[in-house]
Amino acid sequence: MERLDNKLGMLNALPIFFVLMLSFLAPLIVVAAFSVMPQKVFSLFNAPDFSAYMTIVEQGYWRSLVWSLGMAFASTAVLFILCWPLAFAMAKVFGRFTLILTIAVVVSLFVSENIRLFGWILTLMKGGLIEGHLRALFGTEMDGVLYNVPVIVFGLVYVYFPFMLFPLAQGISMVPDDARQAATDLGASRWRILWEIDLPLAAPGIVVGSLLSFVLAAGALAESKLLGGQVVIVMADEVETAFTYGQDWPLGSALSMVLIAIIGTLAIFGVSKVDLDRIMGRKR
Amino acid sequence: MDMKPVLRLKNIVKRFGEFVALHGIDLDIEDGEFLTIVGPSGSGKTTLIRLLVGMDNPTEGEIWLRDKRIDTVPANARPTCMVFQSLALFPHRSVGENIEFPLKIRGVSKTKRKQRALELLELLRLPEHYYSKRINQCSGGERQRVALARALAFDPEILFFDEPLSALDYRLRKTLEKELKDLHERTGKTFVYITHSLEEAMVMSDRIAIMRSGRLEQVTDAEGIYARPVSRFVAEFMGEVNLFDIEGTAQGSVRSKGVEVHVNGANGDNGVDLAPGETATLMVRPEFVRFLKSTETNDFVVKGLLRAEYALGSRMQYLVEAADGSHLTVEKLREDRYTGAIGDEVVLGWDIDHTHFIRGD
Repeated sequence: MERLDNKLGMLNALPIFFVLMLSFLAPLIVVAAFSVMPQKVFSLFNAPDFSAYMTIVEQGYWRSLVWSLGMAFASTAVLFILCWPLAFAMAKVFGRFTLILTIAVVVSLFVSENIRLFGWILTLMKGGLIEGHLRALFGTEMDGVLYNVPVIVFGLVYVYFPFMLFPLAQGISMVPDDARQAATDLGASRWRILWEIDLPLAAPGIVVGSLLSFVLAAGALAESKLLGGQVVIVMADEVETAFTYGQDWPLGSALSMVLIAIIGTLAIFGVSKVDLDRIMGRKR
Repeated sequence: MDMKPVLRLKNIVKRFGEFVALHGIDLDIEDGEFLTIVGPSGSGKTTLIRLLVGMDNPTEGEIWLRDKRIDTVPANARPTCMVFQSLALFPHRSVGENIEFPLKIRGVSKTKRKQRALELLELLRLPEHYYSKRINQCSGGERQRVALARALAFDPEILFFDEPLSALDYRLRKTLEKELKDLHERTGKTFVYITHSLEEAMVMSDRIAIMRSGRLEQVTDAEGIYARPVSRFVAEFMGEVNLFDIEGTAQGSVRSKGVEVHVNGANGDNGVDLAPGETATLMVRPEFVRFLKSTETNDFVVKGLLRAEYALGSRMQYLVEAADGSHLTVEKLREDRYTGAIGDEVVLGWDIDHTHFIRGD
């Protein structure tokens, strides 16, 4: 009987398994295959060489990689510091207000990312909402604050805010109140409780939130293009260019593979570092 | 020998908006005693202990720990600590790390911490290798001991307990009650325990404080609570009891309103000191009520019909219906069990020495 149950589980999983194979894994395999094709071919039926990877090394694409990862890291760090108090309040303090806040944040996702970023451009540009008002009211002349690295990081923080906030709130809600109270009772200060109780017990939420925002930010394109005006070129930008203007599919694929490899390694490392089950007290 | 109380509560009032949770509690807790605060849910005992540990502040009144007023001192700055109902062990820390937590906060060195943790494991009769065990590998009773060890590592002036045994099964609870009493004797610390189970309180405590809707109803030792309750509430809270409304008569005897209570030897020297017309409640515990043989008599006598018999393990319980339809409970050891049959007409009697008069409600 138990054997049949196991089999039924397998059988039930089969349809989604095939869908995932086709929609998720197959494109990845195609990209991986293209990345080892000779330069500027549009067919997979060529003798593989690694010339695309050589190009990446030789032509200084590492700069884009560093910018992508650096800004992803910066935005993740900012997001964590920004979201922690809010997530804490959502999980432990706000009560019913949490729902309103959740809806408000989720509703913002209904509007396309690009449109929201254009909104920020209109707000921040020279002659835009802020600068224009200041000029009209005080007669001060100044530049807009667009087209620099901090504003790109700001854009990343803005766009990926929910991806940090909700996992964090989820993680914090798993910190038992009585453990915090007991720690206070045993003499721990607020900061000590944060360090000894909150952070370790909310770790699953922290890891999930950080990974989501880091991975998304590292592959982000619109922020640097729109807000940053391509003051720096990020990895996703290079990939797009290679596939479109460059008409060099193998190069685009190789660039993608490099990004996937780095982010994938980080993600696996992050998840394995924090044993989710152990932290939840599930594993014996 | 007059000992200064370690903790003194002066007219503690706690209000939550309109609701008054505590109506002016006055209580002195003696150094080294085991005091249990007992009350049904909603009586305010949890509110009270939260004030005592510092998780909440009283609306009015003062709390003095020896010569220091502490009612506004936050929990983490008080030299007291509590064993939580949920135990509140840290799931991400090992047994040893849990026990060492208060020492770590105080900045005690690693080796000293470990040494103390091992001592405490021994004190609580947990094997040494539990030091590195995870909390979720421990059974309910073991967790209980870890929580105790952690609290003792804090070395508190007073150790509070918020019903830590309530989630355990009966047998384990009985064992741990005795262990706790034993631990109290060995450590000499002041224990303040809250529970809704008076039985638990009776086993462990030096003194028992009964709480009822935000007030302390009676504070005395187990014997006093059991034999001389100040109110019907306390009498009934302590388990099975027979209560009659009575009134003093001119002959220095009593007259019962509902149940027929015959008082023999009513010569003014029977220990009944009710003034004529004064009302009170007569209380007698079921184990002091006897089935009288036709030749016997007693200070108090009630006639009735035997309605039911229940086996309570070592004892038998009988339900007797009196003439007016009210019920009496009688308990006998098995060896003294009533030999007749259900439906028998029986005569119950008891001594004046086992009778207590409750004045007021």
